[in-house]
Amino acid sequence: MTTRPYAAARRTLSVADKLFEINWGLVLLIGIIASAGFAMLYSVAGAHMWPWAGPQILRFAIGLAVLLVVACIDIRVWMSLAYPAYGVSLLLLIVVVIAGHVGKGAERWVTLGPLGLQPSELMKVALILAMSRFLHGKSVEEVSKPLNLGIGLAMIGIPAIFVVLQPNLGTTLIILADGAALLFLAGLSWWWIAPALGAVAVAVPAAWQFVLHDYQKRRVMTFLDPESDALGAGWNITQAKIAIGSGGTTGKGFLQGTQSRLNFLPEKQTDFIWTSFCEEFGFVGAVALLVLFAVVIYYGVTIAMAARSQFARLLAMGVTLNFFFYILINASMVMGLIPVVGIPMPLISYGGSAMLSVMFGFGLLMSVHVHRQVEIPRLSGGII
Amino acid sequence: MPLFDRKDKSRYATFSRRSLGITGGMAAVFAILSGRLYQLQIKNGDQYKTQAEDNRVNTRLISPPRGRILDRFGVELANNRRNYRVLLVSEQATEGVEAALDAIGKLIQLTDAQKKRVLRDIGANKKFVPVPVAENLSWEEFARINMHLPYLSGVQPDVGETRDYPFGPELAHVIGYVASVSPEDKENSEDPLLDLPGFRIGKRGIEKALDEEVRGKAGVSRVEVNAYGRVIRELGHEPGVPGKDVWLTIDADLQRYTDERMAGESAACCVLDAQTGDVLALSSTPGYDPNLFNVGISQTQWDGYRNDDHKPLMNKSLSGAYPPGSTFKPAMAMAAMQNGLKDLHVVCTGALTVGNHQFHCWRRGGHGGVDLKRGIAQSCDVFFYEVARRLGIDPIAATAHALGLGQETGIEIPGENSGFIPTAEWKLQRFGIPWQVGESLVTGIGQGYVLTTPLQLATMAARIASGRAVSPRLVHTVGGQAQPRPLPDPLPFSEESFAAVRDGMNAVVNGGGTAGRWRITTPGMEMAGKTGTAQVRVITKAERAGGVRSNASLDWKLRDHVLFVAYAPVDQPRYALACIVEHGSAEGHPQCEIARDVLLFAQTRDPVRMHAAYPTNAAMSAPPAPTGDHG
Repeated sequence: MTTRPYAAARRTLSVADKLFEINWGLVLLIGIIASAGFAMLYSVAGAHMWPWAGPQILRFAIGLAVLLVVACIDIRVWMSLAYPAYGVSLLLLIVVVIAGHVGKGAERWVTLGPLGLQPSELMKVALILAMSRFLHGKSVEEVSKPLNLGIGLAMIGIPAIFVVLQPNLGTTLIILADGAALLFLAGLSWWWIAPALGAVAVAVPAAWQFVLHDYQKRRVMTFLDPESDALGAGWNITQAKIAIGSGGTTGKGFLQGTQSRLNFLPEKQTDFIWTSFCEEFGFVGAVALLVLFAVVIYYGVTIAMAARSQFARLLAMGVTLNFFFYILINASMVMGLIPVVGIPMPLISYGGSAMLSVMFGFGLLMSVHVHRQVEIPRLSGGII
Repeated sequence: MPLFDRKDKSRYATFSRRSLGITGGMAAVFAILSGRLYQLQIKNGDQYKTQAEDNRVNTRLISPPRGRILDRFGVELANNRRNYRVLLVSEQATEGVEAALDAIGKLIQLTDAQKKRVLRDIGANKKFVPVPVAENLSWEEFARINMHLPYLSGVQPDVGETRDYPFGPELAHVIGYVASVSPEDKENSEDPLLDLPGFRIGKRGIEKALDEEVRGKAGVSRVEVNAYGRVIRELGHEPGVPGKDVWLTIDADLQRYTDERMAGESAACCVLDAQTGDVLALSSTPGYDPNLFNVGISQTQWDGYRNDDHKPLMNKSLSGAYPPGSTFKPAMAMAAMQNGLKDLHVVCTGALTVGNHQFHCWRRGGHGGVDLKRGIAQSCDVFFYEVARRLGIDPIAATAHALGLGQETGIEIPGENSGFIPTAEWKLQRFGIPWQVGESLVTGIGQGYVLTTPLQLATMAARIASGRAVSPRLVHTVGGQAQPRPLPDPLPFSEESFAAVRDGMNAVVNGGGTAGRWRITTPGMEMAGKTGTAQVRVITKAERAGGVRSNASLDWKLRDHVLFVAYAPVDQPRYALACIVEHGSAEGHPQCEIARDVLLFAQTRDPVRMHAAYPTNAAMSAPPAPTGDHG
């Protein structure tokens, strides 16, 4: 029982109230996970803060500030900003794709500020916001109406097409998964879901198995995500598995990993950092990190369940699932469960865009938590 | 809140239900990921650990220093010297490999062939592997490279080790040389050292015979490498076993003196310790430069050696088989003494007629009455014809064999010729014709089928001098371990026989015999010996009738070989010697002069060192103790 009256029940909250309402346990958890990332970046750089650990800490600090600021902004403000954010993100995405096609060799991301934010990263958060806003006004029956479903699918599909054109298969997958999950949570009828799942379940493996030859499969993978095949996809995964496996039960010890420090691992500071972690801290350490991730997700689910508006619930669950999909794809990829797609491990991998987008997402989650008592009318569009 | 409607309730229920379902799915995913971790890290962890080790650990061989070869007093006959070389690392050559080579070429001489080889080597290796550009540089050249190093990107000066033979051609036939490993060498050996680029192995002489001893064992360096093969650090180091030092019985000073005495001749001379068989000098002139083979001999130099009629590549002292000529007569005398002819007396009239063939003595007028002593001293052919006629070939062959002729002496270095002593049985098997008396007669003066090496003749001299079955040996200590050397067995000849033969050989030099001109007059150092001449051409009947041509008037190639066997001092024999000068008969007996000088030189060397030759390893490094008791 808290001794302090429940502040969120009040109509308006002061900034102090909001800061108090922030779930500091979750923030601490995020900090611990990010620290594990700093340690690994320090290790793979050969026990040096430069070039990765130092900048990463700075980015995390900025991300933490973003999280707190986002958390303190009223959930209804975010609702009002949902569509504009989506529009701006989509516009940036289109600009980048066109620029990338016009000027050969152009950077595929636009530099936003000193951090170098990728529009596709922005797009993920914007999509969750916009989908939540769109679905907030729809009843279970309305969601399954062809027109509404069509609009929803278009909201997912249009950015997905531009991201896949970049090309960035990993982010495309996450955008599709985020959108589909939100439609599902909003109550999409099983009459739609079942046939769709069935069609996918039949078509994809069938095409993979019977239509495409091995070299075509490789070519498809290479075409969709060329970065993954820089040194030969098979070699990467073999070395990643060796790194993870050689960690054994308790690992080789901090700074004692050999695979990454001797450059046997590709992208050791970004997509493959999880392998170094498994190598140095072993099964025990890796499972411990997975448990931390699971606890973060548990927090996310409880926050979503406790919120009193459909927008907040969808937003919280969308952000949580987005975080989960990162982990799922990255861990499965480096452990050789799925083909190599370029997706970083959230909070751990080196990279400004992913760090900011994840922290921004956690900010939205926290805003839902802080404003969990705020009720939003079904037809409301926010408070701006 | 009037703006909320009932539909929200069903929405929230659906949301909660489906959220729980998704959460369950996420939990399942975490379980699968943990299961995969279990599979990789615990179930198959050991397998991946091994793979990770294989990934990062590379084993590199370190070639051990090759053992030195020393003479009996510790003088280095083969050692390792610093090899100044220049390496090039292509990835560090910022202005390109060709520019770097041009820059090096301005400082030291660099042929186009060398440049081509460097470019080929760089193409065949990874970019960070240093490739040798030039080796065996002089100190000046090396210093020049070091001076200009700041302007030579990618160039690495390096100091390695290479074999050096300070005596050059003088000991080439004994020591041999090292050279690059051939594919056949690799097939016949499992030593991983042979696969090292630039490794050298013994190809001749002691270097070949004791190659495995002087080579040592490879050291191993375990290094951590990254994914591109670059060395990150050393994990472990096994220094390997350096090659063992080999001490020879050779006396480098005596060898050098012998070589100098024979300079210009195609000749061989062996000096043995008459009591033990230790080879003190084993000369064969001309020699070749073993250092050339180590650094790589040019085709011109090779052809020069191959086409020289003085055969510098041949170790004549043990690979050359010559008719012994009259140096065979001590063996004949021994056979006579042992087979009941000790009182034989022959009247030499200048020739002996057997059947319808006349066998001539070298002195046309004959020697008159000749007994065994005079027969040896005057080298009377008729006397030994008569010995041979009476004995037949087989007792002669048996005696010659017992004295070490016609068989390999067993010396440690390869390439020995066994020589040949004919027998009646051999003749029948070989030609299907029975042995003829005339052939015995020819054998009696060391001609015909008889072939011996100078080393065998020296062995014979040592056996006659010591009365024991002495065999030559070159190696007395390997890696601090003295080679076992039992006292040779006494020969199965009577003291009386030895005394008679020695008496004859003494008379050759000191009793007015054929070598009287080359007496050693120093008291206590007198030598005994036997001269010999081996014809290399057939003297026809017509020529003999018209007077045999003098050797001086013949082409060098047609002149007789001249030989000499000797030992000294006469009363307490210590040194046995055999010497041959090929086609040396123009100026009388140069071989006797050489033998006299060599034996005199050997005896006048510090007697302390001579007697305490190589007592123990401790004494090898200590100066000889100044005691007065040296017999």
